[in-house]
Amino acid sequence: MSFSISLTVNGTPREVTLEDARVTLLDLLRERLDLPGTKKGCDRGQCGACTVLVNGRRINSCLALAVTLDGAEVTTIEGLADGDHLHPVQAAFIAHDGFQCGYCTPGQIMSAVGLIAEGQAGCDADRIREGMSGNLCRCAAYHGITEAVLDASRRMGTDTEGAAA
Amino acid sequence: MNLFDYARPTTVEEAIAAWAPGASYLAGGTNLVDLMKTGVMQPGKLIDLNRLAGLDRIESLANGDTRVGALVRNADLAHDAGFARAFPMVAEALLSGASGQLRNAATVGGNLMQRTRCAYFQDAHSACNRRTPGAGCDARGGDNATMAVLGWSDSCIATNPSDFGVALAALDAVVEVEGPQGSREIAFADFHLLPGQTPDRETALAQGELVVAVRLPAASAQLRHHSRYLKLRERTSYAFALVSAAAALRLEDGHIVEARLALGAVAARPWRANDAEALLIGQTPSDELFKRAADVALTGATPSGDNAHKIELARRTAARALALAAIGTPKRMPAFPASLFGEHAHV
Repeated sequence: MSFSISLTVNGTPREVTLEDARVTLLDLLRERLDLPGTKKGCDRGQCGACTVLVNGRRINSCLALAVTLDGAEVTTIEGLADGDHLHPVQAAFIAHDGFQCGYCTPGQIMSAVGLIAEGQAGCDADRIREGMSGNLCRCAAYHGITEAVLDASRRMGTDTEGAAA
Repeated sequence: MNLFDYARPTTVEEAIAAWAPGASYLAGGTNLVDLMKTGVMQPGKLIDLNRLAGLDRIESLANGDTRVGALVRNADLAHDAGFARAFPMVAEALLSGASGQLRNAATVGGNLMQRTRCAYFQDAHSACNRRTPGAGCDARGGDNATMAVLGWSDSCIATNPSDFGVALAALDAVVEVEGPQGSREIAFADFHLLPGQTPDRETALAQGELVVAVRLPAASAQLRHHSRYLKLRERTSYAFALVSAAAALRLEDGHIVEARLALGAVAARPWRANDAEALLIGQTPSDELFKRAADVALTGATPSGDNAHKIELARRTAARALALAAIGTPKRMPAFPASLFGEHAHV
């Protein structure tokens, strides 16, 4: 049984026919929509490499069945920069050396964009560490990652002292 | 992953009508899709609940109770300012679980339905009475350091992994259910079943029944000034509990007039410690008192394998959670919720 769904991916409307309902958003992006920037790590929701934004919220695309997302807006790492202008989080990862091998980086960056939009961590390093704990980095570039997210958060003016307890 | 049929109802009635033996309801998918990938769950049909109208609301009812729809996402509930003010222990428990990504997807109803993290349940090739009745239990002779110390049976020694549920147990939550036979309510304390000889029966739900909401009584908000959730785990964030405790007190003139205590990761359900609560009433808070209450809470605990240490760990966690509750609910959510590290972690 096949299913037709409509998605807006990085601002572009896409009509997709799924052969069956088992396809995850992660596999759809990588295998069908030519967007391999989103990475497959564990494929079990444990590593965060597959993080994308769905309707503005960060989720693990490996645990989302594409068929359930009919009508959704999806943003991947490929949709973050404005032409040659990097997104502030991308620029901060470069400035602070927030990676080594780079495999987890798209997920780290998408997670950071989602975290900053959530407005709960502000410019508090511990809250950023806690908020980024769903993204593992086997190279252990955590120091640079935290510095990058802190810097981007400051630049984007999202300090939320006194946010909801 | 097995092939399955897919239905996308828009009303609760349609969802229930779509149910048939072998079908599973799908909400956030953070647990179910994972278990389908490993073959531990092989539903013949998925009934996608995400388009059901009206189940994503947090409401204050006329009688003062708070009603949380089953499709409210964990992150949205924990960050709802009104909810977090009334039930800070629930918010702290929610934020101590999983990751930011998972909390954005996982739902209130799904949390109640999540399966055990027992490694032998999670491995489709191991013997597990919970997965396959009568198959045996590889956990009994296996790596069982994290298994149950209360309410377990020869058939199953698995624990319920929820943080949210521990706080709900402490605060007298009620589960609203709809099904083929109509609607009913189940006290949260009765929702998860102890294994006995039928560990495959995990909840009080009848076939085809669907959780539509969780209700918290107005009276439980009275405990908001002294309530904490404390969770021991192998790392500070993004790990399941080794042992956890939800503790809340109501104090008048320096005396405890009401107490709540529940333990997590020690049994097949969140473990409410009523006898320990009774011991606390009328007393003045002290470390010695909380230690005695914790001893009572673990009365009857026995190792189910190589896990005798969990009994002492649970005692100390319960006593510490009570002591933290006595100090008072932090004004702002700790940076590391429910953790022994960081601010608001020390007695």
